[in-house]
Amino acid sequence: MGSPVLTHLVSDIVAGRLRVVDLTHTLTPEFPPIVLPPEFGESAPVRIEEISRYDAGGPAWYWNNLSFGEHTGTHFDAPIHWITGRDQPNNSTDTIPLDKFIASASVVDCTCEAAEDADYLLTVSKLREFEERHGRILPRSWVLMRTDWSKRAGDPVAFQNFDATGQHTPGPDVEAVRFLIEERDVVGFGTETIGTDAGQAAHLRPPFPCHALMHGAGRFGLQCLANLDLLPATGAVLIAAPLKIRQGSGSPLRVLALVAA
Amino acid sequence: MRDAARPYEDIVVAAPVTVPYTRHSIKSAHWFLAQALARLIGSARIRKTDIDGLAVSSFTLSPDTAVGFTQHIGLSPRFLEHVPMGGASAIVQLRRAARAVEAGDAHIVACIAGDTNHVDSFRLNAASFSRFARDAVYPYGSGGPNGSFALLTAHYMRVFGATPQDYGKLCVAQRQNALTNPLALFRKELSLQEYLEARPIADPIRLFDCVMPCAGADGFLVMRRAMAKKLDLAHARLLAAIERHNGYPDDPIQFRGGWALDRAALYDQAGVSPKDIDFLEAYDDYPVMTLMQIEDLGFCGKGEGPEFVRRHSFTTQGSFPLNTSGGQLSMGQAGAAGGHLGVVEAVRQLIGMPLGAQVEKARLGLVSGFGMINYDRGLCSGAAILAAPGGRKKRGKR
Amino acid sequence: MPRRNPLLALDAPVVPPSARSRAAQGLTAAAALGVFALQRCENCGAVQYPPRDACVECLSARLRWRAMERGGELLSETLIRHGQELYFRRRAPCRAGLVRLDVGPSTIVALHRACEGAPSRLRLRLALDKAGQALLIGLPEKDVPDMADDPIIRETTCAPRARKALITDAKTRVGRAMAEALVAAGAEIVWAGFAAPWKPSPHLEALRALGPVTPVPLDVTDESSVRELAGSIGGKVDILINTAEHHRPGTIASRSGIETARAEMEVNYFGLLRLAQAFSAALKARAADGEASSTAWVNLLSARALSNDPAHGTFSASMAAAFSLAQALRADLQASGIRVLNVFPGPIEDEWNALVPPPKLSPEALARTVVDALERGLEDVYPGEVAKDLIARFLENPKALERELAG
Repeated sequence: MGSPVLTHLVSDIVAGRLRVVDLTHTLTPEFPPIVLPPEFGESAPVRIEEISRYDAGGPAWYWNNLSFGEHTGTHFDAPIHWITGRDQPNNSTDTIPLDKFIASASVVDCTCEAAEDADYLLTVSKLREFEERHGRILPRSWVLMRTDWSKRAGDPVAFQNFDATGQHTPGPDVEAVRFLIEERDVVGFGTETIGTDAGQAAHLRPPFPCHALMHGAGRFGLQCLANLDLLPATGAVLIAAPLKIRQGSGSPLRVLALVAA
Repeated sequence: MRDAARPYEDIVVAAPVTVPYTRHSIKSAHWFLAQALARLIGSARIRKTDIDGLAVSSFTLSPDTAVGFTQHIGLSPRFLEHVPMGGASAIVQLRRAARAVEAGDAHIVACIAGDTNHVDSFRLNAASFSRFARDAVYPYGSGGPNGSFALLTAHYMRVFGATPQDYGKLCVAQRQNALTNPLALFRKELSLQEYLEARPIADPIRLFDCVMPCAGADGFLVMRRAMAKKLDLAHARLLAAIERHNGYPDDPIQFRGGWALDRAALYDQAGVSPKDIDFLEAYDDYPVMTLMQIEDLGFCGKGEGPEFVRRHSFTTQGSFPLNTSGGQLSMGQAGAAGGHLGVVEAVRQLIGMPLGAQVEKARLGLVSGFGMINYDRGLCSGAAILAAPGGRKKRGKR
Repeated sequence: MPRRNPLLALDAPVVPPSARSRAAQGLTAAAALGVFALQRCENCGAVQYPPRDACVECLSARLRWRAMERGGELLSETLIRHGQELYFRRRAPCRAGLVRLDVGPSTIVALHRACEGAPSRLRLRLALDKAGQALLIGLPEKDVPDMADDPIIRETTCAPRARKALITDAKTRVGRAMAEALVAAGAEIVWAGFAAPWKPSPHLEALRALGPVTPVPLDVTDESSVRELAGSIGGKVDILINTAEHHRPGTIASRSGIETARAEMEVNYFGLLRLAQAFSAALKARAADGEASSTAWVNLLSARALSNDPAHGTFSASMAAAFSLAQALRADLQASGIRVLNVFPGPIEDEWNALVPPPKLSPEALARTVVDALERGLEDVYPGEVAKDLIARFLENPKALERELAG
């Protein structure tokens, strides 16, 4: 016996009453990878090595070998990615319970603040402001920080935004992260920038709070999201299932949002 | 003086043959050599199996040597020589054959040399002529023998004062000699003016200093005089012969050849002196070498060549008949047969059957061979004195 | 340099005859290093030329290659107007001479146009010709102005002057020094490659101010980046200098996992392979393209490629892989006459050799050595004292060096 919700889901999509929005950047070699100080091991950028293309290497077929780090492009962070999450149960991409991969999303518009200040930190008060307008953030939902930073993706210099003191990209402050975990029980936090944490988050206490605290609480992260400007503030349903990698700390993935047309 | 070599006992040279030269040929060296052998047999009116000794020289017989050739032409000799000495091969073949016949190792030795000339033969031969040439000469302009002899010519001219006119005189005279030779490839008169104004090849060498490589073959038979008489064959007598390889290795550049080391022995063995010689068939690869042979074979002193040239005339009727068939310069150079050309012409003159004009009262002829610029100088030199049949002209023992 | 008429057929490259005996390759080894050397008999002292397998005087087999005095006397010369090989026909007439060396043998040499006629005194130089084989060149006793403009000198060298060069990574101090040295040597264009545009580099910024320098995106770890640049400028590059390098000090045991070593291989070895696949064809095609023809490929390797330095164990291995590949590249380019110049510096003054005690090589000194090697047409270069020490110890006893580097 089928479920009427499922039947309607498919027919609404086909009829256009539901729209599927792609929140994913295309995987290309040019997409900037996360860059760490050189004494640390480096995450591989996307590399697409052609095996054959209807040629001597394979006359009737075209295919490639891909390589990339788990945290390249639009990608998912699992709790095992951070030291604080290493002992959490079901903490890798192959063991996370599947129901977590489908969740609703709140999109918090920080475009003005981010445009003024690349180091903008999302605060609790901004979140409360959001809730006043759009209602309480639902438990087991994604909170996505919209900054329109994805529009910089065509300009890797602007997207990374490095200077002599490091990277300058917006992200959440420590209290906002704590609030989302302890007061709102979110499933995870998502950003348009290269990391869920702000570019200068090494200087927060604890450093990299969105990694340290979120993953420490068994929650997830989404980075390099696109098209958040096409989502309503609330009500979108995200499908974000990372690759089932043995002990995977994360993976590039296709993040889809279902919204009313 | 160390023990002189034994004089030759009644060794004669007979049946001078030439396979007519052509500029290019698609045939193989095997073809030309076989033709030479056939002509030898025909000229001497013997059977193929009467030939029990064979000496072969060729640049284009590869991958065969004389050995492969014996099976190719169905011969089973008991004396076999492969002589890879370029223009000195004829004299060396003659020396080997003479001692073999003397010792009874063979009765009739066929001495043949020949080459084909494909359109790329010259380049291919030059490119892998010798290890030293490949390592230390060919990469410097790939001029082949033209470049090497140009260096020798320029040096000789500078040090001894030879002029282009001196060399030209020799070339013009040789061309004159060729006009009556039906086998010569070049039978158009050559003036000194044309010689001097010809296209430069490798300065100071110009077009008419250079032989034309061609396809062809020459040959002769070596046997005892008694055998020649039995076969009723016209023949010339071998009086003396010398050879030398890598002579004067410490000369910084070649201005004299091995003949100078052994010429006393040559004349001594023959019992004659240079002024007794009626004609000279010199190896005329380039006129610079002709002059060197004239000096080194004792006709004048070292460096006196230019003066000698100016004093003499070199046609068949001249005061010093030189290369009476036209030499290689006018006949062409059929590869390794270049030296055989001189032996064959000398025998023809001495038995009174030249192809062209006859040297008057030709009784003694000197044939000289030279070859193998392995690196910067010709390594092989040789010479032989042949006499007309009949009494030996001897000046008495020393 | 005037622009080429694009409608005229491009001369296909041809090279001089390249067959040599094994003994003669001793000359090639000397020319590759820029040394004038001949065989000397250890038994009787006789100097040999052409190269031999036994002493021409005493038959001893103890012939050793030794640096020699270069003087000699020109005895004779000629102008070869009709060489048998295409290479010489294109360059006719070729001036050749016969020189009696002061050390003994007579040699046939190519003559610099400034040499006087015979008899005269000469100096000799041993250089690599376009086939990569040794060539003896006669030079006048004293340098004259514009020595390097002589056709034989131009054919045996790879001068940057008036040429266009690509430096694959100009963001490092080495890359910058290399670009500055090329500009100083008269290069017409220097394309300065940079990867990861979001990582600023003060060196690249400084280069932007130089007229001949044009920054171009290039990431040797990214096939599409390499192909795109090759498609854009490959047909104009005369000299390609691969400065891209990934170096992380450490022994085998000092890390777990292979990712750092992989990153080194990705840049140092696979980067070279990608560059070779993308740029070789165009480089070869223009090897006979007039005075500003394509001419050289330079690989900045490391003396650690010769024998592994375990303190930089994976880096050494990646450079050894690159060295081997560079030899394959040399064979690949040989028929076109493009010179592959392999440079083996000792430790450079950079962040990755911070813990290596002096002497270390400054990037500027390295760059000057490379330009000098191009101008002399060398093939193997060991810049700096440490590199020279390593190659000497390696050649004398490689097993001893292995032990010495292991400490």
